[in-house]
Amino acid sequence: MDKHRFMKAVLPYLLVFPAMFGIAVFVIYPVLYLGYLSFYKYNLMNPAKSKFVGLENYAAIFARDDFYKSLFNTAVYTFGTVVLTLAISLAIAVWLKRSTKLNAFVQAGIFTPHIVSIVSISLVWLWMMEPNLGFLNFALKSLGLPTSQWLQSSDTALLSVIIVSVWQGIGYYVLIIVAALQGISPSIYEAASLDNASNWKVFYKITLPMISPQLFFILIIMTIGSFKVFDTVRMMTNGGPNNATNTIVYYIYQNRTTNIGYASATGMVLMAIIGILTFVYFRMLAKKVHYQ
Amino acid sequence: MTQVFPIARRVLEYVLKLCLLMVFIFPFLWMISTSLQTFRETLAYPPTLVPAVPQFVNYLTALEAGPFGTYFKNSIIITLSIIVMQMVVLIPAAYGFAKYSFRGSGFLFSLVLLAFMIPGQVTFIPVYLMMADWGIGRTLLPQIIPFMTNAFGIFLLRQYFKQVPEELIEAARLDNASELKILWKLMLPMSKPALATIALFSFVSHWNDYFWPLVMTDSAAVRPLTIGIAMLRETEGISNWHVIMAGNVILVLPILLVYIFCSKQIVKAFVYSGIK
Repeated sequence: MDKHRFMKAVLPYLLVFPAMFGIAVFVIYPVLYLGYLSFYKYNLMNPAKSKFVGLENYAAIFARDDFYKSLFNTAVYTFGTVVLTLAISLAIAVWLKRSTKLNAFVQAGIFTPHIVSIVSISLVWLWMMEPNLGFLNFALKSLGLPTSQWLQSSDTALLSVIIVSVWQGIGYYVLIIVAALQGISPSIYEAASLDNASNWKVFYKITLPMISPQLFFILIIMTIGSFKVFDTVRMMTNGGPNNATNTIVYYIYQNRTTNIGYASATGMVLMAIIGILTFVYFRMLAKKVHYQ
Repeated sequence: MTQVFPIARRVLEYVLKLCLLMVFIFPFLWMISTSLQTFRETLAYPPTLVPAVPQFVNYLTALEAGPFGTYFKNSIIITLSIIVMQMVVLIPAAYGFAKYSFRGSGFLFSLVLLAFMIPGQVTFIPVYLMMADWGIGRTLLPQIIPFMTNAFGIFLLRQYFKQVPEELIEAARLDNASELKILWKLMLPMSKPALATIALFSFVSHWNDYFWPLVMTDSAAVRPLTIGIAMLRETEGISNWHVIMAGNVILVLPILLVYIFCSKQIVKAFVYSGIK
């Protein structure tokens, strides 16, 4: 009996132990280690020769233009991606919300890029956006529109990266918004139509508030996800031309071997930004979002 | 208008929706077309849409550009190991969090959520140094063991487990069923959709992963397919689009085939993950 009792008390801890062990070793410890590294001038060849430099790395970050450039690019990228994705996927979702065969088929098609590796997506779009031979400029020219240098000009490179990210992500968000739209009870719309409300008013006063939890969810995961943007940049532009697409994670990546302490400090800054965004969003969530 | 031409309206709707679809499908079609063209055809203006004679040789050229057998094998080993390991770790954890109240459970669960928030882009430098310290930097392990705890999976499965009625579990306990048996015979069968979703997510995200293998690996022997394909641009030259696209098809095809045959389940899984 005593043994039984003991087992009962210990069992839950045994059950969660492996998972907690993984988190401790591969998340919590690395974060502490990252903080530690950020105070050092780290010597990769001979770690014993690493030197404690206090806040020097942090001071260097906030004194360097290239950091601000990457922060600015990341913010522009995030803003562009979030706004475009939300607007376009909301429009498409409203258009495809009725559950018909055709709509389900189109939704599945739009979703395809989301499950394909960013490596493939990037290579395909590099080819599509090739200024001389690519299909995109051919299509623009055929329509009598001006062509673009896309990824190869510092004026349009960041926008091109945004376009690719939006293109890849939309399918997922359309699915979520469609599911949310289908979850709205038809009786609410019937009541509105009895009141002779205009379509726009119905959308603004009923549809939007009813799906705001899902829109909010999308806003959070997209903003945080966009701040981590790296793959498309590494594949398509390597941060160029002329640092026009250098983002925070790419910046960390560039410094990861030559200046580990500095890269670690930048990693801490990234973590702080993600933490603040998450916190702000959850505060807003508690206050504003409509729940049924 | 709408009453006079209902058919015209429907046709128009069909055409417009298919155009929308093409925006998302066409790049893949063009990828396949390019992968079958000659170098000359890729240079043509206007662009070649359908190659005169399909050049399957491009696929051989791409495969000979690097140790693709090794890459492919690595991708499979890494992806499968991660899925198996995650299941072994997350099933008991989800059970513990869902069905037991114990001191510190709230705190521990908040650590799970915290782990969910902290991305690999933050932790990769220390993890890389740790792996080198442990002497396993040149094996496949740095691409596998850091993913042992799938926080999203624990979260999702816990929700499922919570829905299993307490009476059922109590009844099983009265029948002297062991906890392991309850988990195996009662909880898991009722949570199949969640398990499928979790496995599917892990498969897609790790098969496709680029960032983590890029920062963890230094040699071809441990690289997965994504890195191999990405390197085609360096080995084959930036303008050999027909070979690069052939390599690209090789990378995309397994995922696309899976998607074509079970798009319904995949779409459902993703929708579910986003709402709960």
